[in-house]
Amino acid sequence: METYYKPKDLPKFAEISEGAPELAQKFFDYYTAVFTEGELTQREKSLIALAVAHAVQCPYCIDAYTQDCLEKGSNVSEMTEAIHVATAIRGGASLVHGVQMRNVAGKISL
Amino acid sequence: MSNLQAAEDLSSNLFQIPALETFRENLDNNGLDLSRTHCTTLQVNVGMLCNQSCKHCHLDAGPSRKEIMSEKTMTDVLELAARFNFQTIDITGGAPEMNPHIQTLISELAPLCKTLILRSNLTAIAEKKQEPLLQLLSDKKVTIVASLPSFNEAQSETQRGKNSFATSITTLKKLNSLGYGLPDTGLELNLVSNPTGAFLPSSQEQTEKRFRQMLARKWGLSFNNLYTFANVPLGRFLTWLKNTGNLEDYVLKLAANFNSCSLDGLMCRSLISVSWDGYLFDCDFNQALNLYMGGRKKHISDLHVLPGPHDSIAVSEHCYTCTAGSGFT
Repeated sequence: METYYKPKDLPKFAEISEGAPELAQKFFDYYTAVFTEGELTQREKSLIALAVAHAVQCPYCIDAYTQDCLEKGSNVSEMTEAIHVATAIRGGASLVHGVQMRNVAGKISL
Repeated sequence: MSNLQAAEDLSSNLFQIPALETFRENLDNNGLDLSRTHCTTLQVNVGMLCNQSCKHCHLDAGPSRKEIMSEKTMTDVLELAARFNFQTIDITGGAPEMNPHIQTLISELAPLCKTLILRSNLTAIAEKKQEPLLQLLSDKKVTIVASLPSFNEAQSETQRGKNSFATSITTLKKLNSLGYGLPDTGLELNLVSNPTGAFLPSSQEQTEKRFRQMLARKWGLSFNNLYTFANVPLGRFLTWLKNTGNLEDYVLKLAANFNSCSLDGLMCRSLISVSWDGYLFDCDFNQALNLYMGGRKKHISDLHVLPGPHDSIAVSEHCYTCTAGSGFT
């Protein structure tokens, strides 16, 4: 296998149903419901999905939600800002654990 | 070989994509009919000359193009418009503002139809010398349909070229100051947002809502309606799709989003399109392929009866653009 990730594999996602159809059905129904317009617009949900896709570093999701964001009317500046939000939270999550480091260091230091 | 046969041969080979069903096959296999209804709209392309070279242009219009409608052909258009009772006459280009006879055409067409439309890129009309044209449009209550792909400067200029955005905003402010896009003035200003790449347009309703909020908030601008249209894979956009390796995926995406419900509202069913040299087409896109009205080459001066219900429409694979999603009207 020359690479683990192939763009042509993305449309095969639905085939995952073959292993456990009932669970897959529940998942895809839930997924569809999540992205339906609610208090948030579909465009806003797509931007959140793009940011999360970068946080979880999923190439399939990045490909799919880049296209989806553009087709929902977002521009590259907005999409970049969304990724910065994910980056800030991800980086912040590391940095805030510095408090634990400081607690431990404080406890055992003179 | 007849023109009709030539058109059909062309349609079977347009994009050379093996996985793509031809548009005609798609209609036939689904038992669908795409034929004409009553003709209500005359679309007039007054030339390929344009001050911009937009990357999505299906006609490859630009500053170096020489083809513009002559006074003689305009006379033929006026005679046609006087003979038949069109509800709407739609002037397009290129940049129609750059045709030297455009003011005469507008003045004489305005009384001949209920709605006269001028399609503007918002920059050709921005020049000082065009102020009399702006006043004429306002006096004749000509509806303006203006291109504005995005309210984001960088995104808009990737499609329409450097420095086009600020000029467009200035023109929109000027149009608003004349009463265009404002309530109860009778001066209609509609925007068109095409995607800035090889992807489908966003929902028209959502995009209109967002443009209305953002244009008002950022620049205090108003408009009446906004339309979202997919880019047609012809002309300069086709070249870009080929050069960037996007052609197959884009065309297959258009075909995968084929919506049979869009057929009823397609503009080609009720419109005739006249090219800069006076030939007749079922739509402006077919001009890019020399795909003549009903598959037969005919000049406007030879048109004695308008095409009517059940008459055929020349189609090819680019027609998947107008039937993708909610369609193209």
